[in-house]
Amino acid sequence: MTYRNPPTTPRKSATFDDYTLSEIRRAAATGIYDIRGGGAKRKLPHFDDLLVLGASISRYPLEGYRERCDTSVVLGSRYAKKPIELKIPITIAGMSFGSLSGPAKEALGRGATLAGTSTTTGDGGMTEEERGHSKVLVYQYLPSRYGMNPRDLRRADAIEVVVGQGAKPGGGGMLLGQKISDRVAEMRTLPKGIDQRSASRHPDWTGPDDLEIKILELREITDWEKPIYVKVGGARPYYDTALAVKSGADVVVIDGMQGGTAATQEVFIENVGQPTLACIRPAVQALQDLGMHRKVQLIVSGGIRNGADVAKALALGVDAVSIGTAALVALGDNDPRWEADYNELGTTAGAYDDWHEGRDPAGITTQDPELMQRVDPIAAGRRLANYLKVMTLEAQTIARACGKNSLHNLEPEDLVALTIEAAAMAGVPLAGTNWIPGKNGF
Amino acid sequence: MPATKLSKTAAHDNASRVFDLDAMSLRELNQALHNLTPGSNETAWEVLHPKGSHSVAVGVDQPVTIDVRGSVGYYCGGMNDGAAITVHGSAGPGVGENMMSGSITIKGDASQYAGATGRGGLLVIEGNASSRCGISMKGIDIVVHGNIGHMSAFMAQSGNLVVLGDAGDALGDSIYEARLFVRGKVDSLGADCIAKEMRPEHLELLQGLLDRAGVTGVEPAEFKRYGSARTLYNFNIDNADAY
Repeated sequence: MTYRNPPTTPRKSATFDDYTLSEIRRAAATGIYDIRGGGAKRKLPHFDDLLVLGASISRYPLEGYRERCDTSVVLGSRYAKKPIELKIPITIAGMSFGSLSGPAKEALGRGATLAGTSTTTGDGGMTEEERGHSKVLVYQYLPSRYGMNPRDLRRADAIEVVVGQGAKPGGGGMLLGQKISDRVAEMRTLPKGIDQRSASRHPDWTGPDDLEIKILELREITDWEKPIYVKVGGARPYYDTALAVKSGADVVVIDGMQGGTAATQEVFIENVGQPTLACIRPAVQALQDLGMHRKVQLIVSGGIRNGADVAKALALGVDAVSIGTAALVALGDNDPRWEADYNELGTTAGAYDDWHEGRDPAGITTQDPELMQRVDPIAAGRRLANYLKVMTLEAQTIARACGKNSLHNLEPEDLVALTIEAAAMAGVPLAGTNWIPGKNGF
Repeated sequence: MPATKLSKTAAHDNASRVFDLDAMSLRELNQALHNLTPGSNETAWEVLHPKGSHSVAVGVDQPVTIDVRGSVGYYCGGMNDGAAITVHGSAGPGVGENMMSGSITIKGDASQYAGATGRGGLLVIEGNASSRCGISMKGIDIVVHGNIGHMSAFMAQSGNLVVLGDAGDALGDSIYEARLFVRGKVDSLGADCIAKEMRPEHLELLQGLLDRAGVTGVEPAEFKRYGSARTLYNFNIDNADAY
């Protein structure tokens, strides 16, 4: 028997990992960049890297089920004659009819209304389903202006001027031909079946000085009744917040890179923008520097999943959070019950993100009349309401443990960070130390 | 609205209301216009001393006439739905943006984004328009007596843009189904915009637009028609250079 040298275990490259190799092969075979839905999937510093301290000798807690912990929030108190008051500080983010089916939009409206919060239109105009089933509806004012009209503007409860979104700061919407049904085409004034690429810039204003005049116009059209939000992707949160305030916004919305999209290039989603956690303190700082913290409300979105995320975001100074991806999951998105269908599409429940293809087994991100029947708007709305209530209870549990009789009394001093990165981004001490990276010259 | 601050002119029998922006605020003007209800006999309005104010007569939804005596700033007549607005001067950016119906006439020149995203109605600019005229238009008809600037009718989806003079660079870039008629020269066409055959139905359509805009002494046959080549409607990697 001949002696053989001991073999080494086959080793794959950390740089050229399996996903990277598959993407190179896919690009070479198809000649087109990868398009998908959702937000950044890479690992990022997030709320999981923060912990809440709770009570101790110097801080005493509130009784869990006996002492009140307020969850309400008023949005738009700066200029709007009719600010909106929500029971919970968790809103539903803008998602278009077109990217979502009619029943899914209806379910979002029903769920939000049951839970006492608002829902938001998207890049496709306002539908009767969502207006009818949403007690508080925020109407997005987007670069494409699909479906924009003064009647819907006046029957909205607030207006959100969308400058960008976290999944693609600087990118426009995308709705591929498979989803441009007759109804979607009519609402968007486009031929059926074309690949529709929404504008990335507003057609009639550029820059903060124009934005101020644009907001004035929207206020004049709606007789100064509606709160006006300005939504930006998480790019330059300090300056974007300051400029939105300067432009006259009632509410600033910042969407971090974990925030979802209906369809965008993978390379855009994973490489442009900042994590949600990195956006909050600069935005709050801008409001504080201008003396506008709590006067102009701040909403943050992108990767909010549970009541702990809500509590931590509020502790960092935001007034409310917004959810999109998590709301879709509550409706039934990526549910394992459709695993066989996901497998047929070459994926698995939990990983499905080809929302642009319109073949969503869960019936949410589709315009297919048969698939969309898989969403029962009443049952799905109930699930969303349940989920929102659980998140609220969870956030209250944490706030009471910190001795706070309102979620909005949570503060950065209630938090520590598990990693240096999170400590630097959130501006709270690394656990077990009094070190806040970047503060006091260290 | 304090009624004492409103005056009625003798020049109009039927309750013409004169609004002097030197004496009253923009807010009062727009609120008074929004308070109009169907059947109101206050059908004729006159706005004095606009002095470049932004958002003059925005969001009007009743079929009244509004004569603005002077030049206006941004977004005059924005989202107009039925009013006939005449600006006896020039207009700043975004005049008639997102107009639904009715008409807006600018006696002077118009700045950028005239008629942006307009869905209906007629916008007439008797002077020149600047860049991005008719950007993202969605059904509006625009007639410009003079010239228009670069990137006009960018991503124009529907409606008609008629230019009696010349057009700047990149006309109709990424155009969808809007129709463009230019009488003079076009500096360059944008991506996916091509010259198209002028068929009898287009000559007829154009004559109708010229008539509605009060243009005389100009024949439809003097124009060239431009529109979408429709080659970029569905993504194809071999067109990547055009994007």
